[in-house]
Amino acid sequence: MKEEKNFLVGVYEDDSVLLKAISIIRDKGINIHEVYSPFPVHGIEDRLGYKRSRLSIAAFGFGFLGTCLALTMMIGMMTIDWPMIIGGKDFLPFPAFIPVIFEMTVLFSAFGMVGTFFVISNLKPWGVPIQFDLRSTDDKHVLAIELKKNVLGLNDISKILKKSGASEINKKSIKI
Amino acid sequence: MHVESNLRKPLITGGKNLHDVSNDICRRVEEKPSLSWYAAMAVSLIALAIGGYAVFRTLWDGIGMWGLNKTVGWAWDITNFVWWVGIGHAGTLISAILLLFRQRWRMSINRAAEAMTIFAVICAAQFPLIHMGRLWLGAFWALPLPNTYGSLWVNFSSPLLWDVFAISTYFAVSLVFWYIGLIPDFATIRDRAIVAGRKLSAFIYGILSFGWDGAAKTWSRYETVALVLAGLATPLVLSVHTIVSMDFATSVIPGWHTTIFPPYFVAGAIFSGFAMVLTLLIITRKVYKLEDYITIQHLEMMNIVIIVTGSIVGIAYITELFMAWYSGVEYEQYAFYNRVTGPYWWAYFSMMTCNVIAPQLFWFKKIRTNIAATFIISIIVNIGMWFERFVIIVTSLHRDYLPSSWAMFYPTFYDVGIYLFTFGLFFTAYLLFSKFFPVINMAEVKSIIKSTGETSKSLKK
Repeated sequence: MKEEKNFLVGVYEDDSVLLKAISIIRDKGINIHEVYSPFPVHGIEDRLGYKRSRLSIAAFGFGFLGTCLALTMMIGMMTIDWPMIIGGKDFLPFPAFIPVIFEMTVLFSAFGMVGTFFVISNLKPWGVPIQFDLRSTDDKHVLAIELKKNVLGLNDISKILKKSGASEINKKSIKI
Repeated sequence: MHVESNLRKPLITGGKNLHDVSNDICRRVEEKPSLSWYAAMAVSLIALAIGGYAVFRTLWDGIGMWGLNKTVGWAWDITNFVWWVGIGHAGTLISAILLLFRQRWRMSINRAAEAMTIFAVICAAQFPLIHMGRLWLGAFWALPLPNTYGSLWVNFSSPLLWDVFAISTYFAVSLVFWYIGLIPDFATIRDRAIVAGRKLSAFIYGILSFGWDGAAKTWSRYETVALVLAGLATPLVLSVHTIVSMDFATSVIPGWHTTIFPPYFVAGAIFSGFAMVLTLLIITRKVYKLEDYITIQHLEMMNIVIIVTGSIVGIAYITELFMAWYSGVEYEQYAFYNRVTGPYWWAYFSMMTCNVIAPQLFWFKKIRTNIAATFIISIIVNIGMWFERFVIIVTSLHRDYLPSSWAMFYPTFYDVGIYLFTFGLFFTAYLLFSKFFPVINMAEVKSIIKSTGETSKSLKK
């Protein structure tokens, strides 16, 4: 169930300041809820301790599924169900199957991976974004810290945020 | 952090900061359409209506309305189809291959180029669809669906069927690639609408943005998705025109039956695609005042791609002539002799002039950095590439093995009309896109503004 939680929100202007700030904050043992940025900041995953996404494995899996389905479909139709002599070719003309195998592999791989991405990232047309500051899709980086998850109090965390280069520090309650 | 040499010119000029990027791009979506936009839309809709009549008559009366005859059984329809598919190659090439090569100049142009790709592929698809006559039954001819014949399945040994798979996959994957890139930008528009209190926009762009919030975790996954999609789209782009070329190359018609077709068609596709991107972007940047984002440097880069691909195409033309002679096959030799000196010599020379000679002018820096010259040459290239397909298709067919069946092709109003229809469709779609969607990928441009923006470059000096 969604419940209201209290957050301390640090606003950063610059991505390199943000990256340093994340290290400073995590070194102090503070738990960061999430960082919201208007663009992908390189190296932020490492600083936040996120693991590398396994979506590429999903892409491979879905692609393999596409390959198998394409082969099953074509062999099923042209070799088993209704074999016909076309241009004197074999009933299983494998070279002629390659283009469709390739296309179906790419199609399944792309759609499967993107579908997985949407599901795991909770992206959907009726999705409601979690927003601590509306400027995070414009020009500001927003770092959110959940107060309940941290031993340090509001004042201590605020001081650390200020020191790390945050241009603004706000308190915000949000239902998650 | 990306570190870049100061010797490189800034990709984004005008001392923009992150907020300026949002302002400059979103403003076009937020403001009311200009008078010139309405005028352009009206022209596109008129073209669509006139063309729509030609489509209607074709479907009502059959493809006998076209100028095809027993000898020339493929002409304008397939020429236009290949032309549009070719144009549709630039977008995904820019966003996928240039992403893999880490070419950051792609970031200002990929959005519009991908949109162009998608619309061009839609236009291309009209021709195979319309030519089927009873297109509501077309699914049974083109897709492997069970039918009342037993099931008599589609023929997977046919390049025409490979084409169905290649083009639908290309369309679907390009659309997804494009949309993934749009999501963060829709979120920017949504949040600006919330701040400004525009409820309807906030609602619509809220749906379009899929609840994007820009969390670091999501961005990290997003980057993986973009990279893998680029990896998938790169061979896909190359496969599509390869398969289109196989429609011809796997036949036994002299002039078509050559192994050079796949690479030659792919180079030609990229060539015409970049020309169309240039034509559209030169107008878009002028009308939307995007000169700071799409700089002369961007145009120059695209012109360099045009020289490279134009030269490849030129070599292919000459290789074809050489191979016809070297093969010793008299039918092959005649097909090419007829191509150059026969009744369609003017088409051959238009093709040579527009595709091989015109782009060579870009070797001069003055010409490739001149907007007017670039614009004119981009249109010349588009015309030349249309002639290329016309030459390959019509001149190879019109003089059959039997001189008694030799014929010429004369297009009717309906041939021209359906071509006009696709122009109407293309420009209507592009105009709607340029009004309601951000024409530049804001999130990507924001990510490079620090390393290649003018302000930071001048600070480093």
